[in-house]
Amino acid sequence: MLKIIHMKVNGKEQELAVDDRESLLDTLRNRLGLTSVKKGCEVGECGACTVLVDGEAIDSCIYLTMWADGKSIMTVEGLKGPNGELSPIQKAFIEEAAVQCGFCTPGLIMSAVEIVGTGKKYNREELRKLISGHLCRCTGYEKILNAMERIVDEVYRVSHQE
Amino acid sequence: MKVVGQGQIRVDAYGKVTGEAKYTADLEPKDILHGKVVHSTIANGLVKRFDLEKALKVPGVVKILTCFDVPDCQYPTAGHPWSTELKHQDICDRKILNQRVRLYGDDIAAVIAETEVAATQAASLIQVEYEEYEPIVTVEAAMKEGATPLHPDIRRDNVIVHSHLTMGRPDFTFEQGLQEAKEQYGEENIVVLEDTYYTPRISHCHIELPVSWAYVDVNGKVTVTSSTQIPHIVRRCVAQALGIDIGKVRIIKPYIGGGFGNKQDVLYEPLNAFMTMAVGGRPVRLEISREETIYGTRTRHAIEGRTKGIVARDGRLLARKLDAYANNGAYASHGHAICANCGNVYKGLYRDELGTEVDCSTVYTSSPTAGAMRAYGIPQAVWFTECQADDMAAAIDMDPLEFRLKNGVQGDYVDPSNGIAFHSYGLEECIRRGREYIGWDEKRKLYANQTGPVRRGVGMAMFIYKSGVYPISLETASARMVLNQDGSIQLFMGATEIGQGADTVFTQMAAETTGISFDRIYIVSTQDTDTTPFDTGAYASRQTYVSGMACKACGEELRRRILEYAAYMLNHDVTDISKTVYAEQVKKAAADVREVLGLQEGEEITEDMLDLVDNQVVVHGGNPILFDVAVVAEVAFYSLDRSVHITAEVTHQCKSNTFASGCCFVDVEVDMPLGLVTVKDIINVHDSGTLINPETAKGQVHGGMSMSLGFGLSEEMLVDEKTGRVLNDNLLDYKIPTAMDVPDLKVEFVVKHDPTGPFGNKALGEPPAIPVAPAIRNAILHATGVHMNTAPMTAQRLIEKFKEQGLI
Repeated sequence: MLKIIHMKVNGKEQELAVDDRESLLDTLRNRLGLTSVKKGCEVGECGACTVLVDGEAIDSCIYLTMWADGKSIMTVEGLKGPNGELSPIQKAFIEEAAVQCGFCTPGLIMSAVEIVGTGKKYNREELRKLISGHLCRCTGYEKILNAMERIVDEVYRVSHQE
Repeated sequence: MKVVGQGQIRVDAYGKVTGEAKYTADLEPKDILHGKVVHSTIANGLVKRFDLEKALKVPGVVKILTCFDVPDCQYPTAGHPWSTELKHQDICDRKILNQRVRLYGDDIAAVIAETEVAATQAASLIQVEYEEYEPIVTVEAAMKEGATPLHPDIRRDNVIVHSHLTMGRPDFTFEQGLQEAKEQYGEENIVVLEDTYYTPRISHCHIELPVSWAYVDVNGKVTVTSSTQIPHIVRRCVAQALGIDIGKVRIIKPYIGGGFGNKQDVLYEPLNAFMTMAVGGRPVRLEISREETIYGTRTRHAIEGRTKGIVARDGRLLARKLDAYANNGAYASHGHAICANCGNVYKGLYRDELGTEVDCSTVYTSSPTAGAMRAYGIPQAVWFTECQADDMAAAIDMDPLEFRLKNGVQGDYVDPSNGIAFHSYGLEECIRRGREYIGWDEKRKLYANQTGPVRRGVGMAMFIYKSGVYPISLETASARMVLNQDGSIQLFMGATEIGQGADTVFTQMAAETTGISFDRIYIVSTQDTDTTPFDTGAYASRQTYVSGMACKACGEELRRRILEYAAYMLNHDVTDISKTVYAEQVKKAAADVREVLGLQEGEEITEDMLDLVDNQVVVHGGNPILFDVAVVAEVAFYSLDRSVHITAEVTHQCKSNTFASGCCFVDVEVDMPLGLVTVKDIINVHDSGTLINPETAKGQVHGGMSMSLGFGLSEEMLVDEKTGRVLNDNLLDYKIPTAMDVPDLKVEFVVKHDPTGPFGNKALGEPPAIPVAPAIRNAILHATGVHMNTAPMTAQRLIEKFKEQGLI
């Protein structure tokens, strides 16, 4: 049975007919074509499918689409600015060489958006804990943490100057 | 070198941070059928019959294929270049679906349905009747007298291959060595050690699952888009599995989410191809779940290393012996290559005065299939050598680093089995740097004689690793470059980007050799076997070395062709160019060349007088600058007199090899009551020749270190000996390191130009995954005096050992 739900995805209102057993991961990928949302385990272990639901990072593979009714979803596709410019987090991932195979990258970037969004300052150890729900087999997390540290510092500095 | 050696930003980084980089599953058409593999629920036996009645009734089921439907073709799966010599061909020991079940989770049937739910439901409703045999899960059981052979058509018993290697005299035996040692040195002056070391069965855990989708195209060609490291090899194996001509198969490889060797094997592409052919060519997708991936694809070999060693009390290493038993699981996959590789490095990493004896056996068991994994048997070899080296040093109360400097491999080493040598040697320098960084000399003293439950220790391990597979196997690679009208180029490599940064370093190499700038080179990341030049793919740390040679040669050829046309333009400035918009520019350039080189009017300007630097055609030496390469490109395209589409394609067969090397140094804290090991400081130092891109190189080392950390402390697939079933086939119970488990990773390189590498480079991709685990083991030994001989050194194992030794 399909049910009609409404959600805002990357700033755009969507009215969708979905199966009530459907995961948000499948809805985003298969119905909306948002393929940055990656599938790595389907049971909430790897973090590759992380998206923001009302600003909170969740594993979309274990989040029913029905639960997102009336909510606002953000994926990496929604991060670019109005003229296609990259967000500072994306830039930091590029410049710090934090990307290898790239499969965990979109999920990590969405967690970074959540972390940076708090406006708090975190040290490297705290960041390790905050991203520990994301498995990466390529990088040893070293350069990912460099990118995270950089962006957290930049944003904190900017927000405390204002 | 201007571009090679720079830390260029990865060419694929933008696509990957924006989600625009497309991976296999991102490219599927909307209207696609879903496949699901049906796995056996016994480890050893025979499928007698299926009852499909219930499954076929599930709405949406299109077709069910079983082991009784597949072509009667046995095929190999190893990502090796094929051999036209019968005795060097990979073992053909499986079918697309198997009636003879050889592991718990063997592929016995497959469902095709309109939806994933229907496919899964139907798969669970299939009833199977088996003839069951006793599971043979361990090497011991498989080698026991009278054990049932798993592949009686191929091998009389379960030993796939056994090999015997020696150093010193070809007929050297350890027993002889022992006799000689006693006679020459006196029994009281030698110590004889005997220890067995164990390595775990490890899952690659690439984050992207093995996934593919297949259809039959309008030419009747079966086309499979797949997450693979080896598209051209997959093509050949799919043809072998289906018993069809290779030209009828097309493989497309987009971006992939990691492989680490698991995707250097042909996994489910033949089945996926068979599925689409069974439904009239309709697209069918086949995604393998995490659980299926862990138990049913490939693993790193668990190898048991029974060692013996003789060391003189003055520190000289006299003789060693290794008996290695590799559990290969149900199918041969890479066969004996991995255990033999392990034996080769065991024998070569140290210099035994009297000799070295190595026996390697690779054994079929009814358990998950072992295949290639990053560093291909060498993490196991180095676990054996580096545990044994520290144990021997401890036995004669010698500093283990001094023991290595005294007895370790040196720059003049040549592997007698295959002639591979160091053409550049930086190992000793690596050790010196690691020693200095970690503060070895001070800490060995500082941490001696500790008491109390929490102790510190420093340890190290070293390795050597070859670059590619020559002369053991074929090394060949191709590259193609196509000049565009604007003076930019497309670069097509048969070699694959699998996350390691191949596309970026090839782009750098192309810029270096053509003279066309990095930003004007567009590498085509996707390999399509219909259009991409041939290369065997990503494995053996070969691509930067071997495919790099092809890229370099191709760049030089393209530059020559551009300059040849530039010379033509300069010589024909009146006849052909005169009507074009470039007439004045070319005329002036020709005059400039003649003036600078003192040529007469009408005397021919030749290509060797010219060069291409920073996109500009110049007179050889740099001055004067004549015109942009874009002028050459546009004229060449559209000339009414002589239209040429400037391209180059080069195949390079590599007939060289060279050892890379390196080491790891760690400082650990061991909390004995908790069985907790904390890495306080760690460094890997690598001798990999010239670095094409220091930033991506560092990234490779970080990832490898993290992988070896998992090998040492947390990763192990547990297989139930009674049933053959994997007990931890998920990422919760199978523990790869998270960000909280990995310390800050320090990396250094000893950069020495290797004359055999295309740019002085040699192997780098795999080596970082080798030395961390044994270095940690040796640091634990230093901290506690406890010899941990089994990896991973989990809290459970540590606490048992500490209790046994009365430490807690």
